[in-house]
Amino acid sequence: MLERRDTVARLLADRSPDLLVVPGLGSSTYDVAAAGDHPGNFYLWGAMGGAVCIGLGLALAQPRKRVLVITGDGELLMGLGSLATVGAKGLSNLAIAVLDNEAYGETGGQSSHTALGTDLAGIALACRFRVSATVRSMDEFPRLREMLLGMPGPVLGVIKTASTEVPRVLPERDGHAIRSRFKTALLG
Amino acid sequence: MTTAFSFAPDDWRAQIYAALKRQNVVQVGYVPDAGHASLIQAVHVDPEMKVTVLTTEEEGVALLAGADLGGERGVMLMQSSGVGNCVNMFSLLRSCGFPFLTIVTMRGEWAEFNPWQIPMGQGTPKTFEHAGFLLYRVDDPADAGPVTEAAVRMAYDAAQPVAVLLSQRLIGAKKF
Repeated sequence: MLERRDTVARLLADRSPDLLVVPGLGSSTYDVAAAGDHPGNFYLWGAMGGAVCIGLGLALAQPRKRVLVITGDGELLMGLGSLATVGAKGLSNLAIAVLDNEAYGETGGQSSHTALGTDLAGIALACRFRVSATVRSMDEFPRLREMLLGMPGPVLGVIKTASTEVPRVLPERDGHAIRSRFKTALLG
Repeated sequence: MTTAFSFAPDDWRAQIYAALKRQNVVQVGYVPDAGHASLIQAVHVDPEMKVTVLTTEEEGVALLAGADLGGERGVMLMQSSGVGNCVNMFSLLRSCGFPFLTIVTMRGEWAEFNPWQIPMGQGTPKTFEHAGFLLYRVDDPADAGPVTEAAVRMAYDAAQPVAVLLSQRLIGAKKF
């Protein structure tokens, strides 16, 4: 198992100016904020199931940028069809990191489908992602980082994490402000 | 304007396509639909258009939000039965002030033979109103181009969520 906050911090350490990050609502948004606020983060506080397709529309519009969606197993499961949509587009600049604690952490830790047998990395491969893998220990972090930040996409990395409580780090939650800051930083 | 796709001479969807092109709409998300079929064919063969086929309509709301973040204009093509699939995702538009444009082929409102289409067909305008959309409706083929153009401008120049409803009378009731 990997520690989610540490893993996200290491993924985003020394981040390239060409990296745009879309975190899914809840813990993923807190993890990305804890790694350091950045105008290239489009924090989500809702739109459950939508993180991957927001990343897709952004990656289509910005083919020279790398788009990294960082989300949880529950958020991805709510929009599972979007993996088929992404696989069909085959964009090389889109990567998805799934912080998979096999539970709905925001609502009391109920088991998610990944605790009950669903293999998200296998689904991504079956949807024609170029690369997809599940990592279970920090020894595999260098490969995970290379996959998510370097390899041609679409890429999906499932990061098996423990369901431990970490302090909440709450970024801006006014969506108008988040959108406006993101667009100004990206487009001027 | 040249296009690789030839619309039939009386196909008013040609005017929708032309209006989208004039207004620099680049991204298209769609769920397959008979009423939009020729427009879908036209955007697919247009090398300037980025076309994404969706598994469900709520993906299109998120897709076009992402397109806007990246500086591109988009449109989602769907049928009235798909509008209900989007309801929670419409919150994203309101919460962040995203522009959004959808063109909807209507079922369940004119000589409909399938009772299963009626609840969502009748509920479509109310659903959009609840979600804070501006609504346009096209009944006359001559309005297809001008209404689309006005809708794109309201969506992207005035940053509003906008829906254009193509009436079932315009499209022609489905026959079996």
